[in-house]
Amino acid sequence: MGLLSDPNRRRALISLLTRLNSPICVVCYMAGVAWFMGLAFEPFTLRTYMSENAMGSTMVEERFPAGERALTTGREFSAHKKKAGGMPVDWLVKTMQARGLEVFTQRFSRKLPFPDENKERYMVKGTNVYGILRAPRAPRTEALVLSAPCTPGDSNNQAVGLLLGLAQYFRNQIYWAKDIIFLVNEHDLIGMQAWLEGYHHTNTTGMDWSPLQGRGGSIQAALSLELSSDVITSMDLVLEGLNGQLPNLDLANLFYAFCQKIGVLCTIQGKLQRNDWDSVSGYSHSVQTMMLMVMKQASGRPWGDHGLFLRYHIEAASIKGINSFRQYKTDVTTIGRLLEGMYRKLNNLLERLHQSYFFYLMPSLSHFVSIGYYMPAFGLLAVILLLRALDLWVQLATPPPRTEDGITDKEQVSSPGVLSVLTPLVISHLTGVALYTLPIQFQEMAVEQFPVSETEAVVLTAIGVYTAGLALPHNTHRLLSGEGTEQGWRVLKLVAVLYLAVLLGCTALINFSLGFILALTLVPVAAFVTPHVPKVLSAFILVILSPACTLLFSVFFFQELQELPVSFQEGWLLYLSVISQGILDHFLYGSLVYPLIALLVYPCWLLFWNILFWK
Amino acid sequence: MAAHRCSNCAALLILCSLSVFIVVDSQETTLNGGHHATTVHNPQTTTGTAEQTAEPAVEERRWEATAVEEATPDDDDDAAASDKQDTSAPETVDPSSVPQPKDDFQEELVIRPLHSGDIYASFQFRTVWETDFMRGNKVSHYRLFPKSLGQVISKFSVRELHISFTQGYWRTMQWGQPFQPSPPGAELWVWFQDSVTDVDGTWKELTNVLSGIFCASLNFIDSTNTVQPSASFKPLGIGNETDHRFLRYATLPREIVCTENLTPWKKLLPCGSKAGLAVLLKSEKLFHSSFHSQAVHIRPVCQDWQCKTTSWELRQTLNVVFDLHNSAQGKREWSLFKMFSRTLTEACPLASSSKIYIDITDNPQGEQFEVSPATPLLSQAVVLGDRRTFSVYDLTQQITFGTVRSLNLLIRWKSSEGDMLRPLLHAERYVAGYGLQTGEIHTLMYNNHPYRSFPVLLLDSVPWYLRLYIHTLTVTSKGKDNKPSYIHYQPSKDRLRPHLLEMLVQLPPNSVTEVTVQFERALLKWTEYTPDPNHGFYVGSSVISSLVPSIVAMDTNSTRERPLFSSFFPCKEESSYFVRVYTEPLLVNLPTPDFSMPYNVICLTCTVVAVGYGSLYNLLTRSFQIEEPSPGLAKRIANIIRKMRGVPPL
Repeated sequence: MGLLSDPNRRRALISLLTRLNSPICVVCYMAGVAWFMGLAFEPFTLRTYMSENAMGSTMVEERFPAGERALTTGREFSAHKKKAGGMPVDWLVKTMQARGLEVFTQRFSRKLPFPDENKERYMVKGTNVYGILRAPRAPRTEALVLSAPCTPGDSNNQAVGLLLGLAQYFRNQIYWAKDIIFLVNEHDLIGMQAWLEGYHHTNTTGMDWSPLQGRGGSIQAALSLELSSDVITSMDLVLEGLNGQLPNLDLANLFYAFCQKIGVLCTIQGKLQRNDWDSVSGYSHSVQTMMLMVMKQASGRPWGDHGLFLRYHIEAASIKGINSFRQYKTDVTTIGRLLEGMYRKLNNLLERLHQSYFFYLMPSLSHFVSIGYYMPAFGLLAVILLLRALDLWVQLATPPPRTEDGITDKEQVSSPGVLSVLTPLVISHLTGVALYTLPIQFQEMAVEQFPVSETEAVVLTAIGVYTAGLALPHNTHRLLSGEGTEQGWRVLKLVAVLYLAVLLGCTALINFSLGFILALTLVPVAAFVTPHVPKVLSAFILVILSPACTLLFSVFFFQELQELPVSFQEGWLLYLSVISQGILDHFLYGSLVYPLIALLVYPCWLLFWNILFWK
Repeated sequence: MAAHRCSNCAALLILCSLSVFIVVDSQETTLNGGHHATTVHNPQTTTGTAEQTAEPAVEERRWEATAVEEATPDDDDDAAASDKQDTSAPETVDPSSVPQPKDDFQEELVIRPLHSGDIYASFQFRTVWETDFMRGNKVSHYRLFPKSLGQVISKFSVRELHISFTQGYWRTMQWGQPFQPSPPGAELWVWFQDSVTDVDGTWKELTNVLSGIFCASLNFIDSTNTVQPSASFKPLGIGNETDHRFLRYATLPREIVCTENLTPWKKLLPCGSKAGLAVLLKSEKLFHSSFHSQAVHIRPVCQDWQCKTTSWELRQTLNVVFDLHNSAQGKREWSLFKMFSRTLTEACPLASSSKIYIDITDNPQGEQFEVSPATPLLSQAVVLGDRRTFSVYDLTQQITFGTVRSLNLLIRWKSSEGDMLRPLLHAERYVAGYGLQTGEIHTLMYNNHPYRSFPVLLLDSVPWYLRLYIHTLTVTSKGKDNKPSYIHYQPSKDRLRPHLLEMLVQLPPNSVTEVTVQFERALLKWTEYTPDPNHGFYVGSSVISSLVPSIVAMDTNSTRERPLFSSFFPCKEESSYFVRVYTEPLLVNLPTPDFSMPYNVICLTCTVVAVGYGSLYNLLTRSFQIEEPSPGLAKRIANIIRKMRGVPPL
């Protein structure tokens, strides 16, 4: 690298970078967005292929015959559910025992931090029932899980029926090498969380559960089944789990391979695959599919009961039966055979699923974008921050007035610099802490003072704190003794830009979608903000690009992608419920998006807000 | 803890010594009052003369009176029977028996229909040989005793050898206690004679030889999975030496047992698989089951009740559980043919006794299941603390085979109840936590006895790559700290030896005792990973040994009509019985590098080193100097001259 060690050429390079800084940044931003949009273009993506040898070449036969009986069992279950007004525990225990399983139950209870208005629950009490099929001559070291949630109302009875039917059929087979756990969980994710915490004897969210009596060793893979009609048109695969974690791609491949083999229509994000990638509509279809995945992954919430398994290093996915108005229908026997095939292949696994990708995006079920392909899109956005930081660094190193007593000037500048940087940093983070803690803390007070429900109180407090943070620059300056200097804001901006780069980089490594969406909005802010731009216009842009507004746009965009456009009024209500769900997800399941936004991203954005109003 | 250890030494000693002569099933031919109110209630006279006590009044059900050795379905009776120091040992040896031949072979099969509808078949083949392998003169003439094992005993100075191969996990909750417990995989424990000087070397050689004899991977036993338990494994044969320096114990939880292990095991039998009960041992059926376990036990036993001479006993056991749903297609009907795809036609001609026992304890009036052909012969024994009744089929009698000259026992269930059992002692174990850095091993021990507490010895052997944090060891029962009265802990050494943890814990009545200890997962060297590192690494079962208060002793106010004088003080053999419970092995994932990407890693590393580090190093170490503005005088002159010559300047 003679380029850097030669002072002359280094100077030339740096001057080039500083001179052309803004154009390069604009080009990078455009290139990043273009790269990202190109990911959905089929010729640029890879076809999926089975990496795991144990599941690839081994042929299995699917012979599940008892779909009709499973539906009858499902109806029986529904009747008992109605009678019991919830989970028919006794009936399930008896039915599973009759099928030759070892049956156990687990009780759990959880008081939500505030009432969940979407699902109308506050004090949750329930029971999980699970039966273990002991594999013959296996030492209880490995297990597979098949779960079906027991939901109130008329939905998902067929899933439980099919689960019991499969249990009966599986029990009579000799080839199992891993125990199979059939789980019916109540209160969907809360029940699943209780069961998983009980199984692994951890307590991350402060839930009360009774300890499990029977176990099957380390769980290798899990599928969650959702099925609410007797016939279906297609099976939908849901992969996005807690904090944007995804199961190994081989699980999706397995599902796809069996759908192809058995002839079941399969979808991802509810979108069928199309073959016309070269037409505009075909391309926009795959963009839609991929964007839906990005939006779901960025939300960091589990999009099915499988989502909670991923924390325990268990590959899991949800399979949903969709019944639309298409002509082509699939009956329950075929779904049973699909599941049987998948479980037989999972049973053949010698190791955990690890051969294929863990980080990917799927523009369709047969194509995927691996981490090596999508990371450059984020890298192009992140490099803008580094270029701006370099620019600022150079500006700081060579102060414009080259006077004789430049050295003394610098000292004068740098000594208040530390304080002027530290104060806004501390204050904005304190605001972040307030945003994180106050909504839950003050819900009771808010309910007493104002005519709102608890949920509204929490959400409105959050928005209130968020907005109050905008008044911060004035408060900061009151605390500071001297006036902010030209050097001061540059130092602050340098710190803020580097902070943002590290923050986004780490986020994108864990949850690419979230990192990319945040980068899309925050990088322009970080790039252009100075105290010298027109205040009102910039403030407006800054607010538009703030995390909260990003979330608002995401809500509308997501509805648009799902082809369920909403009016502004509905969208606003949706937005409020999304905020409350986000907070609930954090407290119930340990989703990290809310603390990330509140404690890190929002304070970082406040720093830029501070720079804009620098005096 | 040291103080505790001292003060509780006595308790430990008692437990240990008791476990030596395990009083599992002291034979007692007690008579059922309902039928035999008129019989003489003196066990001593009954045993001696019961051959003739087939009273005409009770022809249908004749109680088989047997010497201790004959009617015992368990392998631990001899220790109890032959230990003369124990005053309460049953005096059931027939004094008028003829002197036995120098070697003797017996075979038997116990069939127990289980609550769950499954069926449990337990084979035992016992060869006793009055010889001394340890004397100077070489034993060269073998008759019934297998030569390969005899040579092993004499070459390696083995005092006791116990080896088991198990495929599957014994489901205590559904099946109750097994006759011979064994952990999944292979288990080997050996007591050496105290004349052995290099025990570790002998052990290493012995495992390799056994590996060849049984076609198993016993050669994978090395110092990293061998331990010397101080209390859990005591000699089962005669002998006073209990210095655990001469004991070696190892398990291979990953060992897969199949036909290639069964064949050499069958070859050790005098009749092979040609005649007798061994014809039933067909691998295609034995491995179409829920549980399969085969074992070989060698130990010295007393020849007679005075114990003047010792003989060597070889017990070969095979336990198998057939599954109701898989093997019987859900029909609650079992026959020898259905189980083994063979019927019996003869006993092994070399056997002095050849019997089949069917456990009909839960079925006194035939309301649960019916057995055909019916047998008039009954036997009663205390097995695992419970008084059991057996129907006996004597294969040496021609009448057993009936007119068709083949015996195909048929058991047909009438009811279809399959409830979980509540065994007095059972245990389970699991790994808690998530992530690949730390974890926690939980061992749960259930004491389901309604009012008695009893001590158990817990043995845990954990490989070194799970680094136990022994300061996090907690033992809790009923929410309270339960301090173990004895702890023997040997820390691991990386790549040399495993952790060994032995504890004596008192289990309160009707409670769950939880032992937890945290561990850290070590990062192995890349050559130390198995070929399938993402499968996980096995941790062997923990062993729980205990004297459990027996069920017989529990029903003090039973409705059973017994003479009052016999039931005031609980009889010692019956008051508790020895049980060994194995927990499930654990499968633990260790942090694993991505082995499939060495190429990528090399490329990336080289690039980073060459470009990144190289240039940075260059920048950091290079000293930058400002060029001299004007060259020296000599150089200037030289340049002028060169200019005149038309040569480029210096």
